[in-house]
This record gives sequence, structure tokens and C-alpha cells, in this order.
Amino acid sequence: MKRLDPRKLALGAAAPLVAILVSLLLTSVILLAAGDPVGAVWAQFFKAPLPRQIIAIVNEATVLYLSAIAVAIGFKMNLFNIGVDGQYRVASFAAAVFAGQHWLPGWLNIIVSLIVAILSGAIWAGIAGFLKVGRGVSEVISTIMLNYIATYLVAYLLKGAAVKVEGSNATSTAIIKEDSRVPGISLDGIIATPNKLYGLIVLAILVGFLYWFVLSKTRFGFDLRATGRSETAAVASGVKVKRMVLLSMVISGGAAGLVGMPLLFGQDYAYGDTVQSGLGFAGIAVALLGRNHPVGIAFAALLWGYLNQLSNGLQIGAGVSDRLVLIIQGIIVLSVVIAYELSRRAGLRLEQNRVAAELAAQRAKQQPKEVAA
Amino acid sequence: MRQVMKMAVAATVASLALAACGSSSTGTPAATGGSTGGAASGIKVGMAYDVGGRGDQSFNDAAAAGLDKAAKELGVTSKEASATTGEAESAREERLQQLIDAGYTNIVAVGFAYAKSVGKVAKANPNVKFAIVDDASPDSTGANIENITFAEHEGSFLVGAAAALKSKSGHIGFIGGVEVDLIKKFAAGYMAGAKAVNPAIVIDVKYLTQPPDFSGFGSVDKGKAAAEGMYQAGADVIYQAAGGSGGGVFTAAKAAGKMAIGVDSDQAKTAAADVRDVIITSMLKKVDVGVYDFIKSVKDGAFKAGVKVFDLKSGGVDYSTTGGKVDDIKAKLDGYKADIISGKVVVPSK
Repeated sequence: MKRLDPRKLALGAAAPLVAILVSLLLTSVILLAAGDPVGAVWAQFFKAPLPRQIIAIVNEATVLYLSAIAVAIGFKMNLFNIGVDGQYRVASFAAAVFAGQHWLPGWLNIIVSLIVAILSGAIWAGIAGFLKVGRGVSEVISTIMLNYIATYLVAYLLKGAAVKVEGSNATSTAIIKEDSRVPGISLDGIIATPNKLYGLIVLAILVGFLYWFVLSKTRFGFDLRATGRSETAAVASGVKVKRMVLLSMVISGGAAGLVGMPLLFGQDYAYGDTVQSGLGFAGIAVALLGRNHPVGIAFAALLWGYLNQLSNGLQIGAGVSDRLVLIIQGIIVLSVVIAYELSRRAGLRLEQNRVAAELAAQRAKQQPKEVAA
Repeated sequence: MRQVMKMAVAATVASLALAACGSSSTGTPAATGGSTGGAASGIKVGMAYDVGGRGDQSFNDAAAAGLDKAAKELGVTSKEASATTGEAESAREERLQQLIDAGYTNIVAVGFAYAKSVGKVAKANPNVKFAIVDDASPDSTGANIENITFAEHEGSFLVGAAAALKSKSGHIGFIGGVEVDLIKKFAAGYMAGAKAVNPAIVIDVKYLTQPPDFSGFGSVDKGKAAAEGMYQAGADVIYQAAGGSGGGVFTAAKAAGKMAIGVDSDQAKTAAADVRDVIITSMLKKVDVGVYDFIKSVKDGAFKAGVKVFDLKSGGVDYSTTGGKVDDIKAKLDGYKADIISGKVVVPSK
């Protein structure tokens, strides 16, 4: 029914590329204006990453990918879940406390902890979903508020759950023992570094697959997308919109709950005050950049991870402020949004021209007949 | 059209979020370094700062002062890099490793967030010497690591005593930046010092933010609002251990005509000129001395791994007398100081 138009496909791919080019150009202008060495900056930028840096980029991308998928589930439903940040912190804390108790042995402990994380994230997001369905509160407002509440709640609970380590100024939950850690994946033989990929990268891939499968291959996914496109049309075709809103919020929160898991089981082995923060907000940008597409998001997450890890090289190698990375990321997001919109309009025009041409051709075919008759 | 609006809203929020990530800096660009110093000694020092970096007028700047002194007096060359809010653990490791790769084989890591990364990178680079400020946990213990720690509670005891001696209302306050164990140590010493002078004294304690939100170390507005509240409630001296937020406490003290106590550096010299007269004393935490001593020990070939405690006895913490506002009680404060050094008074650290 829907043929793949090569010209449309090219347009789709061109948009992000043009956006990235435009952002590089704009960044150069900023560098020149600030009197920073443009050449040295781009030399750092396009230097091939070292093996250990590749691992760091992929690991960072793994976490960002999970966060972006959680955001994208909401986007598909026209729901704006800004609360992924709070949801993943609540879930990470709950899972860290549970896993640290070692009520269950080895792998069983990991699996049940993952379920604890999904449930905690889902419940936290469910509050916003319930408020929207039951009270008509915008999820944008309620999730932002819930982020603050999450910060204070977790800080308060952490005080009770913290385990004191002599000589340390950090506060953290009990360290998960060896048998309940997810071993890293070594790329020994492919690239030369002792560092390893998070074992839970497998989980991220699985979540990405499920996202694609459920949205595009199931009745539920169809209903969800239909509600996102047009609520009235969805109601007319028998979709219970309120139920869909609540469900998609809960699922988005469940996915958000997994964001901190590669960190918890592959690196930190505890939840504390030096845990990586702000992943939920980065996920919004990555989801936008990847156009909510499971493969697009993967590329966007890798790009984001690549940019993040540049901040050290820029400071040490090129002598410019690490804020430059934030500027570039901001410009990319804005250019991408503009480029997508322009390419959408261009695509629309292509479509209109094609339809107009076909109609004209039809008319041209019909006209001689009419004359003949 | 709806799609466009949605995208626009999303983009705005995303950029806001990014902006928020950056806002913990005080706006001063991280001065990245170049070579300084006259007579090159061949010693190359890599500095890894905490969030905020050089220019935060507080903790990082104290470390930077030690480096600057070493550059001038010992002729070392240096390279500096600072942490980004919300960065991954791997980013900290990468920072240390890149400094080493660039040839800066004496590393100073500023702040306890570096504990794990210093431990890991030090193991991978046994020939490189490390110093970490504010951490002595098993994570950062190694044959090539010096752990620079401070007895902040001892110094805080003295300014607590000063606050109680100076207070007319019998009501004082403490404002901490973020409620982490490190800052609670400041509060514990302060309260013990105040109660040693006046057991019935009323002490208000407030922390500006909760971890992992570390904005309490860089929000002048939050410091000001909290201090205004305390002064209105009757407190007449406030001790702040809130990094960059401390400026707001001084502003509030000036407006209320009350007194304040500075932290880390001698803030009667470093704070904004118009508020210096409200600062009766400061609790000195000599991070600069710690950093300088580490670099000097490396240069002299006298590096020693392990915990080095900078306490009252070694002069690593102290109270300042700039401005002459505590001259009348100096004898009493020095009495407490002697008692702590001799062990007659043991200051609680939590």
C-alpha cells in the first residue's frame, strides 16, 4: 500500500546530515567570535577515538538509548514525559536498595531487581498518568514537579539506607556483591583496551526491539499511535483513550526505570550522591534527534555519547572550555528540529506535485475520449 | 502544525535542560591551561577540578591557588580540566588518563567525586603520582596516591565558639550548600563550638539542596533567601559552608545589619568588597597548602602515599582574624585551639 519513495527516503536522511553540517558551521562562527582556535577544536573533534574512548561512548550511548526510548514511548502517544529523570532516579535507588540486601542469590537477584526498577519507574510515572486521566493535569507540569519530589524523596530515603565507608565523603547504598553483578562484555581481540562494555547493553537492545515490535506489529501499538495522531479518530474507532494515556505513561515510566540499571550492575554497584544525573533530560534531546525511531535513536545516542566524551579532549587538547560541547549539542537539536520540519514540507510538496502530475495525466488521457464521444 | 508546536516545545525544554546542566558554573570559562612559571623544573602537574572549575571563588579556586603558588615558586608547568555536571564515571577516568597521556604525570584530583576514578587510573599508571582532595576511602587508596583530608570540624568548632561569643541574641545559624556528609562535618563542629561557650544557645541549621542536586554550592539566590529567613527569625550570626552560594549569605547579612562567617578561604579578603565588613572571621580550609605541599614533595623526591590529615595541629585548618572583628575574643579562641590540639577537647565530626 505504502511504497518506499527513494526521494522521500533521501530527504529523511538528508535532514539530520544537513542539520549537523549547519551546527558545525554555526559553532565555527561562535569559536571565531570568542577568539578560540577553530582549527585545533575541529582537529580534536574529528580525531578517531581511542579504543577505551569507543567503549566509553558505546556505554554512555547504552544508557542514553534507554532514556530516549522511554521518552519516545510518550512522544508516540503525544505525551510529553519530562519526568524520565525523576523516574529513573527513584527506580535506580529502589533497585540498588533491593539488590544490596541480597535476599536472592546471584542472577535471580539481578532479574528481580530489574523488575523492582521497572515497577518503581512505572508507579512514579503512573502518578502523572493518573493525574492526567483523573484530574486533567498536564503531564508536562506534573512530571516536572514529580522530578523535584523524586530528588527530595530519594535524598531523604538515602540517609536511612546509606552505608558509611570509613574515610569517604560520599553517601551511598550498600555495595552489591560480586555474584550479583553483570559482567562486562570484553572486545579483546577487536580493539585493544581492558575496558568493557556494559553487559546490560543486551537489555537496551531488547528494549529497542520490543519498542519497535509492540508499536508497529501489535494491535496495542496501533491504538497507541492512532491516539497520538488523532484522539477523536481513535475514540471513533473504539479506543479507550484514558486507558491508553495511563498505560503509555506507565510503560514509559517502566522503561525509564531501566535507565540506571547498566550503571548499577555494570559500574557503580550502588546508588549514591555521585551517581550520573540528568540522563532523563538528555534522553529528550536524543529521542528528538532520532525521530522516535528505534534505529534513529541508536545513532542519536551514539552521537550524543561521542559529543559528551569530547569535553575532556577539548579542554586538555585544544584548550577551550568544555561548555563548547553543550553549545554544539544545543545547536544540533535546534537545527535538527528545523531541518525535519523543512524536509517534511519539502516531502509534502513532492507528494503534491506527484499527485497533481498524475491527475493531469489522467485528465489528458480522458480528454481525447470525451472529444471523440 | 500541531506536530511543529510539539517539536518546538520539546526543543525548548531540551535546550533548557541543557542550559540547566551548565548553570552550576559561575560563568567564568574554565581556564585551561598552558604552561606557566619561570624556571622550568620539569615537573608537570595535571589538575582535575570538581564541577565549576577554576573561578568558582571557593573550593576549586583554593586548589588553583596552591597550583599557582607552585608554578611561581617551584617552576612547574600545568594543565587544567574541570568536571561537567551529570558526567559519567568514565568521563572522570578519561580526564585523568588524558592528562597523563599529555605528559602531565603528577595528578591532583579535586573533590571526593574522583575517589573511584583515581583508584582505577592510579592502578593502571603505577609510575604516575596522584593526590586526591577530600577522600581517604578504600576506593582511592594506593601506593602512588596521597589522600589530602581536612579536619573541617576542628576549624568549625573555633568559628562556632566565635559565633556564640559574638551573638547578642543567643541565636545563631548554619547554612550548608548540599546535605552531604562532608558539609555535615562543618555543622557538627560549629554546633559543638557554640555549645561549649553557651550550652543554651539556639542554632538554626539549613542545607540549600539535597544530592544529587549540587546546585546548593553555586546559587547565590538560594543562599540569600535562606539567610534572610534566619536573620528575620532572630539569628544574628550565620556561618556558611555553601561554596559559591555564600555570597548571598553575606549580602543578606549586610542588608540586615547582622554578622556572617566565611569558609574555606579568608573571605574578608576574597568576598565582594561591599560585604567584607560583615564577615567577622572565616574557617580556613587550606586546600592550597595541601596542593602545594603535594607538588613540592614530588619535586623534592619526598612523595609519600597515604592519608595526610590537615588539622588544627598542622595548621591545615584555622580561623582568620582579618578585619579585627574577633580581636576582643582572640584569647578565648586560642584557648579552645590549644585544648583541641592537646586533645583536651575532642570535636565531634558528625
